[in-house]
Amino acid sequence: MSEATTHDAHDHHDHGPAKGLMRWVTTTNHKDIGTLYLLFSLLMFFVGGAMAMVIRAELFAPGMQIVDPYFFNQMTTNHALIMIFGAVMPAFVGLANWLLPMMIGAPDMALPRMNNWSFWILPFAFSMLIGTLFMDGGAPAAGWTIYPPLVLQTGDAFPFMIFAIHMMGISSVMGAINVIATILNMRAPGMTLMKMPLFVWTWLITAYLLIAVMPVLAGAVTMLLTDKYFHTSFFTAAGGGDPVMYQHIFWFFGHPEVYILILPAFGIVSQIIPTFARKQLFGYSSMVYATASIAFLSFIVWAHHMFTVGMPVAGELFFMYATMLIAVPTGVKVFNWVSTMWKGSMTFETPMLFALGFVVLFTIGGFSGLMLAIAPSDFQYHDTYFVVAHFHYVLVTGAIYAIMAGTYYWLPKWTGHMYNETLGKWHFWLSTITVNILFFPQHFLGLAGMPRRIPDYSVQFAEFNMISSIGGFAFGLSQLMFAYIVISTIRGGKKASDQVWDGAKGLEWTLPSPPPYHSFTEAPEVK
Amino acid sequence: MSHKKSVWLQRALLGGAMLLGAGSAAAEYGLNMTPGVTNVSGEVYHLHMLIFYICCAIAVVVFGAMFYSIWKHRKSVGAEAANFHESTTVEIIWTVIPFAILISMAIPATKALINLEDASDPDMTVKITGYQWKWHYAYPEEQIAFFSSLDAKSNEARQLGSSVDPASVEDYLLNVDNRLVLPVGKKVRFLITSNDVIHSWWVRDLGWKKDAIPGFINEAWTRVEEPGVYRGQCAELCGKDHGFMPIVVEFKAQADYDAWVAAQKAQAGNSKSPVATVVAAVN
Ligand SMILES: [Cu+2]
Repeated sequence: MSEATTHDAHDHHDHGPAKGLMRWVTTTNHKDIGTLYLLFSLLMFFVGGAMAMVIRAELFAPGMQIVDPYFFNQMTTNHALIMIFGAVMPAFVGLANWLLPMMIGAPDMALPRMNNWSFWILPFAFSMLIGTLFMDGGAPAAGWTIYPPLVLQTGDAFPFMIFAIHMMGISSVMGAINVIATILNMRAPGMTLMKMPLFVWTWLITAYLLIAVMPVLAGAVTMLLTDKYFHTSFFTAAGGGDPVMYQHIFWFFGHPEVYILILPAFGIVSQIIPTFARKQLFGYSSMVYATASIAFLSFIVWAHHMFTVGMPVAGELFFMYATMLIAVPTGVKVFNWVSTMWKGSMTFETPMLFALGFVVLFTIGGFSGLMLAIAPSDFQYHDTYFVVAHFHYVLVTGAIYAIMAGTYYWLPKWTGHMYNETLGKWHFWLSTITVNILFFPQHFLGLAGMPRRIPDYSVQFAEFNMISSIGGFAFGLSQLMFAYIVISTIRGGKKASDQVWDGAKGLEWTLPSPPPYHSFTEAPEVK
Repeated sequence: MSHKKSVWLQRALLGGAMLLGAGSAAAEYGLNMTPGVTNVSGEVYHLHMLIFYICCAIAVVVFGAMFYSIWKHRKSVGAEAANFHESTTVEIIWTVIPFAILISMAIPATKALINLEDASDPDMTVKITGYQWKWHYAYPEEQIAFFSSLDAKSNEARQLGSSVDPASVEDYLLNVDNRLVLPVGKKVRFLITSNDVIHSWWVRDLGWKKDAIPGFINEAWTRVEEPGVYRGQCAELCGKDHGFMPIVVEFKAQADYDAWVAAQKAQAGNSKSPVATVVAAVN
């Protein structure tokens, strides 16, 4: 009894954030941690983007002008690692932190201390990874897939890279546990599973994917570590090991990872389109089932990344058919979004523009994905710029567009300020024009025969590379607008209403803008 | 007014379709895959175009509906939101139709794949070994073996800060010192492996690439009917000079090929060249 009283008294002090820097170090608040994740992600987006600029600058013209080939490989490798693990994944976790409690009517995340830790691991992991650039032998340069035997030739950076990947994995798994615990335990009364907003659903499924596959990655990189330093031969043919086994293990992680990077994006877009179409999401339950089907299929398609390693024909056929099947639930999602717009009453504020950009450009990435699924054609596409174009359509104009759409959509709720709509629209149009100049010609380059991950190329590829580089620089510059818009909105701006968007539905819009430090201290009733 | 709009819509759709169709018209400008020079590469090309056109058709329908809706169902033209948000019939239709389309893709793809992977009954065999960063070719039946590396001119021009303009080098980065020479009209089986890290042997005109993996011997095959020179590159990241280990295959008429084989053997017999020792090592 007395214990309960002290606890109550204690709680009163906790209603506002602590002051100063220690607020951010010691915080267990879902909004603070969400903000940390999102700002960290923004920073990494620019670090990874700077590396992409080096890549595009070197590829601007044939011949080696700026960097040596080995440094070029360090750039491609670290660009990918930083963008995937440092920019996109933390952005989604940041959005989950901010939004899940507000969407399900909870005061905070279920495991706030672990939440703090799962964020604060990341700056150390990425400092270490980026720090390898200054080590003897340079940063890892074997591609983000770190295939042996090549990766075993890495210099001093090797164990640091492995350790950094372990830390990122631990952070992701903790984040995922927190998401699952929050969603399964902390929903407001009446919020049944099939009433949850789609962002919550997609994150729930994503969290299970994370828990299933991050340990697999950890296992694979640990085997690399012991192969290099402890005389094991998991992947060394000379010792009886199998370098292809690494690829099987890696892609058993890697393919679900691809969906980890896109399922929350589906969720975000499924929140935004109904708001600006002023019409309920079409086919809610089929959206949930489609997401679950995609997650299931993601475990049985991994070897489509390795059609050229020399599998038996039966294996190639299996992975081809399974991969093609993913087009069905993905198609259902696109059809549902279009049907949501159909006979709606649409307006085109920045979040909607990015969501529509997502639907069109992600679908283009889906088409090239379907082409890549066809094993015989993949014998031509594989490891060319066609693949580079494909996954950048899916990840930049897919995942990152959804993150930006979500940022514009919820930023007024988070900050209590409206962003500058004119600047937002400029940001969208500049990004969309330049991103297509950047990535569309890469389809042509790949089909014309340019392999990926090469620092220099035959002169027949010169024109499209130059166009792509110009698009790249312009796209990179356009993103400075995004940073400016976000920061200036945090610092001030027109007061946002609680509702913010007249068509928005869901619990988060019933809270004030900005919402109180603890979202729902009393559970709302969901009818 | 509404007639005007539908004309505009028609034009927009037509323009979009033309833009998408540009892929085939522009093949000669290096925008697209080519049919290549073998049965397999032709099959792969036609499969590629088939899937591409199917995707274009789907794109026209989906994006057409989407842009029509964006145009017609805007709040600014007074559109009011309807209330529907579910239809089991529609959901079943757009699950079943894509499934049927996928089956129509899978059938030719399966045929092409089985043909592509059938390396049985070859007329001759060549062993390809990847090295950082060059290729080694061995003809076990003929006792010929040699390395094939980037040609000297390209190698000079590709150095950081070199003063040689790549455009002035013929076949920049796609030329080698020693070509792989093969006869036309024969089913050639390749046995592909690696001596160090994973590489991938890719000549686009032959229609496939295959990884060269240490400890594994992969099989692939080709049959080219017309003499010619075809170029390709290593397609799997293999370290610093991954971009600088091209492949050049020359297909010669049988008589010319025989002459080439004789010349190679004579050369190998004349000198205790490294070539001869490598043959011993490789076999
Ligand atoms: Cu190579």
